Amino acid sequence: MSATLEKGVRVLKEVIDAPIASYFNSCVHCGLCAEACLFYTETGDPKYTPIHKLEPLRRVYEQEYTLLGRLKKMVGLSKAVTDEELDSWQELVYNSCTLCGRCSAVCPVGNDIVYMVRKFREGMSASGHAPEGIKGAVNRTITIGSPMGVKLPAVQAQMKHVEEDYGLPIPLDAEGAEYMVMLSSMEIINFPEYLGAIAKIMNQAGKTWTLCSTAFEATNAGMQIGNSDLARVLVARIVEGAEKLKVKTVISPECGHAYTALRWEGANLIGRPFSFEVKHIIEVLGEFQEQGLLKTEGFETDKLTFHDPCQLARRGGVIKQQRNLMNQVAKNFVEMPDAGYMNWCCGGGGGASAIEEGEELRIEAFKKKKSQLDAVKPDRLVTACANCRIVLEEGLEHYQMDIPVIGLTEMIAEHIPDKGA
Amino acid sequence: MNELQFLTWVRGPGLDIAVGIFLLGVLWRLFEIYSLGRKKDLSAPRSTSGASGLHTVFRRSIPPPGMLKRSPVSYIGGYIFHIGLFVVVFLFAPHILLIKNLTGLSWPGLPSQFIDLAAVVTMAAMVVVLVDRINKPVKRFLSTFEDWFTWAVTFLPVLTGWLAVQHLLLPYTLMLALHILSVQILLVVLPFTKLFHAFTLFGSRWYNGKVNGHKGVPV
Repeated sequence: MSATLEKGVRVLKEVIDAPIASYFNSCVHCGLCAEACLFYTETGDPKYTPIHKLEPLRRVYEQEYTLLGRLKKMVGLSKAVTDEELDSWQELVYNSCTLCGRCSAVCPVGNDIVYMVRKFREGMSASGHAPEGIKGAVNRTITIGSPMGVKLPAVQAQMKHVEEDYGLPIPLDAEGAEYMVMLSSMEIINFPEYLGAIAKIMNQAGKTWTLCSTAFEATNAGMQIGNSDLARVLVARIVEGAEKLKVKTVISPECGHAYTALRWEGANLIGRPFSFEVKHIIEVLGEFQEQGLLKTEGFETDKLTFHDPCQLARRGGVIKQQRNLMNQVAKNFVEMPDAGYMNWCCGGGGGASAIEEGEELRIEAFKKKKSQLDAVKPDRLVTACANCRIVLEEGLEHYQMDIPVIGLTEMIAEHIPDKGA
Repeated sequence: MNELQFLTWVRGPGLDIAVGIFLLGVLWRLFEIYSLGRKKDLSAPRSTSGASGLHTVFRRSIPPPGMLKRSPVSYIGGYIFHIGLFVVVFLFAPHILLIKNLTGLSWPGLPSQFIDLAAVVTMAAMVVVLVDRINKPVKRFLSTFEDWFTWAVTFLPVLTGWLAVQHLLLPYTLMLALHILSVQILLVVLPFTKLFHAFTLFGSRWYNGKVNGHKGVPV
């Protein structure tokens, strides 16, 4: 055990950089980050205050990188980080943090708290204190190829179904295609409509695209658990696939963390810039819309609202596109309070939805989403992240709210005339 | 040591020592923090106007949507005592004179009645935020000795300064000496406690805004 703790502390020392030092020195314990965190607002328990979730990391920083802290450590005045402590912090760093980034958006001194949680997870993972649920997802992604255990034959089976249903080809390993389309396991298993939607949209836009047999899974549990070595392996698969097929753009599916992993962390994980672009499917649809390549017929007439996935909007900068797309096919699109940049998390991002023991807390935190929905009372809820979708469906079911959840890409595709371009 | 000798000491060697520790402390702490550096971001930037480190340095002084309502005492109390401190420290004529003697820089001050009022308002706001820290579960939970201590070392100079000007409680000379001493304690403590946010806040906001700027998140 001590060897793993040692490794964990070493990793914590390694991840501390000037921003983290600046952040810890800037915190004045004002507690405003708590007001931005749904795990605090819905439970009222101060232990869920975001900056408190970083206490062990702060102590390592103080003891290793400040003169006074080193002096205190020398004379035995400081408390070393222990296994028991890190174990008790698991709930705070994983179950009750979805890396949604609202805390980072409100901190008056400008601390990027979620950046620190992401780094702290590296040490938690290295010291063996990550939750079993995410560990399992990581192991399956590394050994089988996807967090839900989906293998290529399952993808091929779905491709066949979609080809039959839609009468459109689903290209696999087509070299030189403009777009390489990634999927999340969730879509392969639960939402096959996504693949059909892509086929229709690409066909109408007249774009070449392909799936990749060695890199179809976009999600990155390595990033969620906080293990950069594993996250690197997963990103490298996609980079190899994209470079082998010489595609111009890799499309991240309707999955928030897959997007962050590939778009913002990917190049840093493999240590070099990508030779291709990475775009979220909503960005691609937004471009098609602007270029007049997205022609739809008819409108949804029931009351619709849109749930912004944190990693797409607040952490990813894609905020306007989904609204323009909604308006293209919906007559009665209403916004929830705080929609867009300050939207509240579904409660299950950042790997949290894979943690079984965190379910009760997730349901509690969902009251925030419930209050947002109660404010507009939509007939249906649209989103652009398969994980949000599952978490939303669970929460809605628990609170007996009869609001179906749909993916934006599918909804758009339903309005594309069947003949295609 | 009588009152006059005490005053002479705090104005002379005492001030030199305190200012010396403050300046060296600030330089050392800034070096200690920012020399840690950070890795270059290799992901392709997405530029959007209105998103950058500099934007966040300024914008973060304004409460984000919905936050003022959730924690009005933090924001309103915070604004009042920060602005109040600025006014009494930098716009009181005798302070400006001291700074002129030390650095040669000078600017116009405000009438002393106005400074009196500002001092009282500042102290009132500081008491309110202290009560809020005691009452609010989150603030109380986060608070350590340092939070109470730094509150006291910030409050005392305002209180002693105001008492000295009003000729209250103690003879003027003694109160003035105590005022200067309390400022010296503040100067010595500042670089090594959370009060150092007065310096690092700019760096923190800039780093945070820089990441958002890189991603094209217009905030």
